[in-house]
Amino acid sequence: MTTKYSYFPGCSLKGIGRAYEESLLPVLRALDVELEELEDWNCCGATAYMAIDEVKACVLASRNLAMAEKLGHKELVAPCSACYLVLNKTKHYLQDSPAVRGVIEKALAEVNMTYSGNTPVRHPLDVMIHSIGLDAIKQRVKRPLTGLKVAPYYGCQIVRPYSTFDDQYNPTTMDRLLEAIGCTIVHFPLKTRCCGASLTGTLPEPGLLCARDILAEAITRGADLIATVCPLCQFNLDGYHDKIAKKWGPHRIPTVYFTQLMGLAFGLGERELGLHRGFVPMQPLPAPVPVGVGV
Amino acid sequence: MDKPSKQTVRIGFYICHCGSNIAAMVDCPAVARFVGTLPHVVLSRDYKYMCSDPGQELIQKDISEHQLNRVVVASCSPLLHEHTFRGAVEAGGLNPFFFHMVNIREHDSWVHTDPAEATAKAKELAHAAIMRVAMHKALEVKKVPVHPDVLVVGGGIAGIHAALTLANAGKKVFLVEREPSIGGHMAQFDKTFPTLDCAACILTPKMSAVGTHPNITLLSYSEVTKLDGYVGNYTATVKRKPRYISEDKCTGCQECIANCVYKEPKFPDEFNEGLGKRKPVYIPFPQATPQVVVIDPQTCLNFRNGELTGKCKKSCVAACGDKEAIDFSQTETFQELKVGTVIVTTGFQAFDAKRMPQYGYGKFPNVYTALEIERLVNTSGPTAGHVVLRDGKTEPRSIGIIHCVGSRDKKTNRWCSRVCCMFSLKLAHLLKEHTGAEVYNFYIDMRAPGKGYEEFYDKLLEEGVHFIRGRVGEVTDWARTPDEEGKLVIRVEDTLAGYVRRIPFDMVVLATGLEPHADAQDVRRMLNMSCGSEGFFLERHPKLAPVSTFTEGIFLAGCCQGPRDIPDTVAQAGAAAAEALALIDKGFIEQEPNTAFILEDECCGCKSCIPLCPYTAITFDAANKKAVINEALCKGCGTCVAACPSGTIVQNLFDDEEIFSEIEGVLAHE
Amino acid sequence: MKIERTIKYEADRVKGFGDEVSSVPGCEKLQACIQCGTCSGVCPLSIYMDYSPRQVMAMVRSDFKNEVLTSHTVWLCASCYQCTVDCPREIRITDIMYELKQRALQEGIYPKKFSIPVLAKEFYKMVYRYGRVSENLLAMTMFLKSSPLEALKMWRLGLGLILRGRFPLTLEKIKRRDELGRMMKVVDQVKINKLHDELKQARQHVAARSQA
Repeated sequence: MTTKYSYFPGCSLKGIGRAYEESLLPVLRALDVELEELEDWNCCGATAYMAIDEVKACVLASRNLAMAEKLGHKELVAPCSACYLVLNKTKHYLQDSPAVRGVIEKALAEVNMTYSGNTPVRHPLDVMIHSIGLDAIKQRVKRPLTGLKVAPYYGCQIVRPYSTFDDQYNPTTMDRLLEAIGCTIVHFPLKTRCCGASLTGTLPEPGLLCARDILAEAITRGADLIATVCPLCQFNLDGYHDKIAKKWGPHRIPTVYFTQLMGLAFGLGERELGLHRGFVPMQPLPAPVPVGVGV
Repeated sequence: MDKPSKQTVRIGFYICHCGSNIAAMVDCPAVARFVGTLPHVVLSRDYKYMCSDPGQELIQKDISEHQLNRVVVASCSPLLHEHTFRGAVEAGGLNPFFFHMVNIREHDSWVHTDPAEATAKAKELAHAAIMRVAMHKALEVKKVPVHPDVLVVGGGIAGIHAALTLANAGKKVFLVEREPSIGGHMAQFDKTFPTLDCAACILTPKMSAVGTHPNITLLSYSEVTKLDGYVGNYTATVKRKPRYISEDKCTGCQECIANCVYKEPKFPDEFNEGLGKRKPVYIPFPQATPQVVVIDPQTCLNFRNGELTGKCKKSCVAACGDKEAIDFSQTETFQELKVGTVIVTTGFQAFDAKRMPQYGYGKFPNVYTALEIERLVNTSGPTAGHVVLRDGKTEPRSIGIIHCVGSRDKKTNRWCSRVCCMFSLKLAHLLKEHTGAEVYNFYIDMRAPGKGYEEFYDKLLEEGVHFIRGRVGEVTDWARTPDEEGKLVIRVEDTLAGYVRRIPFDMVVLATGLEPHADAQDVRRMLNMSCGSEGFFLERHPKLAPVSTFTEGIFLAGCCQGPRDIPDTVAQAGAAAAEALALIDKGFIEQEPNTAFILEDECCGCKSCIPLCPYTAITFDAANKKAVINEALCKGCGTCVAACPSGTIVQNLFDDEEIFSEIEGVLAHE
Repeated sequence: MKIERTIKYEADRVKGFGDEVSSVPGCEKLQACIQCGTCSGVCPLSIYMDYSPRQVMAMVRSDFKNEVLTSHTVWLCASCYQCTVDCPREIRITDIMYELKQRALQEGIYPKKFSIPVLAKEFYKMVYRYGRVSENLLAMTMFLKSSPLEALKMWRLGLGLILRGRFPLTLEKIKRRDELGRMMKVVDQVKINKLHDELKQARQHVAARSQA
């Protein structure tokens, strides 16, 4: 039976992070999960907005939360780490700060909306591991990615500041998920280190150095590629290779969404999964070993 | 002394300023003026320090000059000075229970911020006390004998010192230790700061003195499971765990160990923090007391999952020969001890370094805890004092010691563990001495406030040990530069130089803090003690009764009360022994007469009170079909009084007349 | 080499600044800082900062407002929350950085050559106008406003994005744009009211003082 969730894509998944949405939706569909996009969702209020006005950022987020609650599905899925955090942070403020809650409730009332604070906000990784389960995922695998060495990169905002569905220092949900589809996970000490995405556009050197460190470590650890869970991380690790090369020499290693790898393992096409949208292309997988022949 | 009729009640009222503790918030003269207007109050005074000698003399003088027969003092908590003022009243010639104390400090001046309201509250409380004291009756203090034997729970340095002090004073002591040997954490240490004398050299003589002392009964591998009774007359139940060796027959020859079917030691050795190996039959360490072997049923082939199977060929039994000390049929036994006082010295457990994953303990082999290093630098340790990394051969060339691991951290333990700065300095010195490595200490604040401690810090600075003020952010195996490859990298802000630094190390040592034992709460409940919010056992008063507990006759010493070093622990153990001696040599204890009693004629024998009594002080007299309260056991909690359906249980100092008058007094102020 | 005095006089402090910041929800625990440096030790960007996060905490607490608001540190914070998670005093350092960013923008005393404040403002405006953010358009606007030369250098990245279909040429916007505007007005009104209350209190305080 198909399970339905509300879906908050966020701005990036409609732009630079298109491939995330392109791979997420069919993969979930293959697992009998349907995402219903919030009608008329607005910007979540993320990082840059928080810098202007934290309360307003929460108000922005709360409009989305209110719409999700009205839509009636039990839970809201937010694939972008920044959106995931702001939506959750707003829920925390609603719970902990009566002052902020007062303002949010007033603002929602102005447009005839309410939010009772229910509707959990979940990351697709959490849904895959804890609601769908590794067994169901393994069953869908048509073409295990055997031999593919992956550096699992979680980034910052899905594990911090709130510890929601995984360990804050050594998260393992993506490791287990990728192992289930046949990948080999390399030891990767920078799993949760900041990629610098919120700086690269404005202060290139510090932002790029953060990205370089992650790319360099993944190469050192022998990974074929980096798997990520966030559109901002993906762009930052993938989009600036020429600049990084100019400063610190080439660091070419592809960065893909974990959902793209799942899609490949499920037998979906590379173009269908948006793999052509990356700057550093993923090497073609070796031809699958025909079932029942040799070994 | 009969109860005076209302007409003859003559009350003296005293309100204490307590310096400015009370006077800054409560208008004391105004309260005194107000109380002076109440019925039966003959005189009403305010005074700077009622607890001082002149204050107490004032009460005595007034009693005789003004023929007072009731006294009320409004001051601090009765816990502090009720005893003092009752003494003064008694010295003035009155029964000490014609006195009542009002707490206007903890209950009023310290907790309010509005002087007018605080003053009004003081008046209400004083009024209530005046109404109540008029109803007071003369009561008598009962004396109960004190059993001269003492139970000491825990055989670390605190328990050892307390037991020896008492035994040397001629008292019989039962020392109960849950491990196979006494010695506690101190036995694991290599050297002690700041003098660097060898821990074993100073501890071993005391341990063997315990083993041979005629006045000490050592119950090792045993746990106290129950404590009944009351001060002076406790009954402790002790569980003796089977060590599968008869303590009487074992001579400590260790032939059984040599002949175990395991030719080589195979199992992680607890005493060496798992760095060494032991056999299933073992003696924890060479100086163990008692020198009796123990068999671990979890690893012995004669057992499976702890259950006896008899499937081993038992070469140990053959080796023991006609001593016949090995006894696989041993089972848990229980023993009852009669004692008058108890000293609790159960110690601490080291913080589990895995709770701070950012430091990589358990993930990176060359991250160690401080206790592991104590064993590693020790000549009788697993490497015979040769400091090598976990590969068993490489000597570290650079060592980083991280202070405050699991201390001063709201996410783990909030308190300062007090000893870590000093033991880190000691380990820094020893590690440098053993290896010649570059040694770094990473500290938040250097705490060296003991005799010779600052001088020890000076010495380390001169020895060339490096000190960086900054709490380490993380220990990682991520190498950013070629010289970091294959190393453990510490990232830290050098807060004094003002730089964020990355420093590569071969070995990282975590100065893990001290915390209460995981089962401290169970021990607390069993011994009827209290714990502070952090889980250490609570002393009766932090300054003036530091080794007493809220239960009479139970005393504390050592790290079970809070982190402290060896000198402080020994001093406290001596103090606890002295407190116990004071009770024993006095020979009796005086019992607070606020106990409950049954108006026998009216008891209907419904038994509802019996299961409610938390102190099992009530029994049922089947012949007369009446409940009976054992006054010696009654603690005056009042539960039975409230529960008695026929209202036949009455409590001294809390009878209906007294309580209702008190309530009336408060309510007079709407 | 430029030699400047580094001593601070009482007049250099903006008294009350520290208290003000630590009264903001989320910033309360600032006063509990023990200056251990954990925040700086774990911060991936601290290597570029003029003052380490630990120093910023101390400076805020001691009312060195101008020094803090003109420092690079607050703008280098990438909001990765590592310091907030690791702080042994449970100080929400990231939230304090947000608060300082807001104050710097309000007072216009951030380092002028930085484009981050420009980005933040443009982001804010775009959301206000359209309800969503078109990242590439935002980046272009930002570069044009802060450093047009930089924008020219970005042409390759822009082209790459267009070629890969990651540069939507239509503007993302929501349908009921008026709703956001109305909601924000409510927030502004609450703030204005709060300001009025504070002003009123301040006046009463002054009046009471002058009477006394």
